[in-house]
Amino acid sequence: MTDRVTVALGQLRPRLGDVSANLEQHLAWIEQAKTNHAALIVFPELGLTGYQVQDLTLDVARTTKHPDIQRLVAASQDIDVVFSFVEESEQHLFYITAIYARRGQIAAKHRKVYLPTYGMFDEGRYFACGEEFRTVPTDFGRSGLMICEDAWHVSSPYLLALGGADLICVPASGPARSVAEQDRFGSHVFWRDLLQVYARLFGTYFIFVNRTGFEDGVNFFGGSGVISPEGEWLVEAPELTETLCYAELDLSVIRRARYITPILRDEKKHLVLRELERLLEHRERRDAE
Amino acid sequence: MKQAIEKKLHLNAKLTLDVLTAFVREEVTKAGFSRIVMGLSGGIDSALVAYLAVHALGQENVQVVMMPYKTSSANSLKDAEEVCTDLNLKPLVVPISAPVDAFFQNMDSIFGEPASNLRRGNRMARERMCTLFDISAIQNALVLGTSNKTELLLGYGTQFGDLASAINPIGDLYKIQVRQLSKAIGVPNSILEKAPSADLWENQTDEQELGFDYDTADEILYQLVDARINPDELATFGYDSKLLGLIVRRMRLNQYKRKPPVIAKISSRTVGIDFRYLRDWGN
Repeated sequence: MTDRVTVALGQLRPRLGDVSANLEQHLAWIEQAKTNHAALIVFPELGLTGYQVQDLTLDVARTTKHPDIQRLVAASQDIDVVFSFVEESEQHLFYITAIYARRGQIAAKHRKVYLPTYGMFDEGRYFACGEEFRTVPTDFGRSGLMICEDAWHVSSPYLLALGGADLICVPASGPARSVAEQDRFGSHVFWRDLLQVYARLFGTYFIFVNRTGFEDGVNFFGGSGVISPEGEWLVEAPELTETLCYAELDLSVIRRARYITPILRDEKKHLVLRELERLLEHRERRDAE
Repeated sequence: MKQAIEKKLHLNAKLTLDVLTAFVREEVTKAGFSRIVMGLSGGIDSALVAYLAVHALGQENVQVVMMPYKTSSANSLKDAEEVCTDLNLKPLVVPISAPVDAFFQNMDSIFGEPASNLRRGNRMARERMCTLFDISAIQNALVLGTSNKTELLLGYGTQFGDLASAINPIGDLYKIQVRQLSKAIGVPNSILEKAPSADLWENQTDEQELGFDYDTADEILYQLVDARINPDELATFGYDSKLLGLIVRRMRLNQYKRKPPVIAKISSRTVGIDFRYLRDWGN
C-alpha cells in the first residue's frame, strides 16, 4: 500500500441518451488519466446516459454483462475506474448504479439507495432503490461508494465509515439551484459544507465528481473536488466547465486525523442499533394507532 | 419592496450571467444551430437577451429584428438602435403595419365592428412571432424568447405571440432581477430608466394596464411561488386583499399560456401525458 495516490476527477457533460458517445468519452479520459499516472478515475452519476433519462430508461439500461459495461470494466486493468449508468437487473428492475472496477473486474457495485422524488426530481418513478452500503479493499485502503442524494442522508457516510472506508467516492448529478448573492450556487454551498463536515467527522477522503452541462434548462454545476480527512479541499474543479482534473492524496493524513479526532473509535454502534430498534418499534406502534 | 425580500431577490450578477450565457451557448448549439434571431423592442427584457446572446455566441451570430407598428413609439426604436450600436449589431427592420392593417381590414369587415386594442395588440405580437420564425428559416437561426418570470407568472403576454420561442434565457428572472442584470451587463441608461411598456398602443405602460407596479408584483409573486406562502397567510402580512386576489387569479387563469395544448388520452401512451422525454433527447 502506497501513501501517495493520484486520483482523476472526470467532470464531464454526458449526452442525454447517447450511451456510445458517452462511453467513448469515458474511455478517452481513462487513457488520459493513465498517462498522468492516476491510480483512480471517478466519473459522475449517470455519466454513461445523462441524468433525466425519463422514458429513455428502457433504451439506455444495461446489464453488468452488456458489452458497453464490459468495455469500461476491461479498461480498469491499470487504473481503478468508478463509473455510473442505468443498470438493469435480471428481474428487469432498473437502478442508478455505480461500479468500482479494478484489474479488469467489477470489484464493487453500488445501487443508489436514496432516490429523490420531490421538487424537480422524479427518480422514484423510474428506478428501484439499492439496499446496502458496502466497502471494497483497494491498493490504497478501503473504498466506499455513494451516489448523489445518498450523501444527503447521514446514514450513508456513517455506514460506509463504520465499514472501514478510507476513501468515499461520490458520483453526482447535482443541479445548480438557488442563485443568490453569494458567489456559488445555493446547492453548491450546501454540498461543500456537507462533504467537509463528513470528511472531518469520519476521518475519510471524499472524492466528489459532479457533472456539468444543461438538460432542458437544468444546469449541473460541476465543482468536483477532493476533501481531505482534515476537511481541506485538495482540488476544486470550476463550475460550468467540462474538465478532467487531478489531486494527490496523502493517505498518511487519515492516520493522523483519526488519532487527533477519534470520532469513529468512540462511536457506540450497539447503542445506535438499540435505539433504532426502539424507534422502529415505537413507530410501528404509532402507525397502528 | 420590503428590504428583506429585495435582498433575497438580489443575485450574484457574475455567476448568473455566466450561467445564462452558458445556457444560450449550449442549448443553441445542442439543437444544431450556431445562430439566433430575436425581436428587439427597445425595452429592457429584449435588450438583456441581446447582450446575453452576443456574450454567448458572438455578435456575428446574433440577428436582432425591430418590428415597429405605425403607432410604436419613436423612442423605442431609438433605444433599440442604441443597443445595436453598443453591441455592433446589424439589425433588420421589418415594419408590421401593412400585414396587421390588412388583417383587421378583413376581420373588421367580416365582423362589422372595429377590433379592440387587446385584439390588435395580440395580432401585433403574433405578427412579430411569424416574422421571427420566418427569419429563423431564412437564416437557420433559433428564436430566442424574451419573457421574464413576472410576465410568465402573471400571464402578461400573448399566447403564440411574444410568449413563443425556442429557448428563453430570462424566464426564471423576476423583473427586478432583469433590471439588476441589465445594469450589470451594460444595457444603456435610457432603457434602464424608462417605464416598461408593451408598446401595443400609444402611451401604453405595463403597470397602468396591470393595475399594479412590477416591484409589488415581484414582492408578492416571490412569496407565493418561491417561498410557497399561501395567499391567506400573505394577507395577514398586510397586503391589500384585492391586489392579492388579482395576482393570484391572474396566475391561475393564465396557467394555460404556460403549457402546451391539453390532449385527450385515448391510447396507452400519450404525448404530453406519459410519453416522457426531455427536449434535449440525444443531446
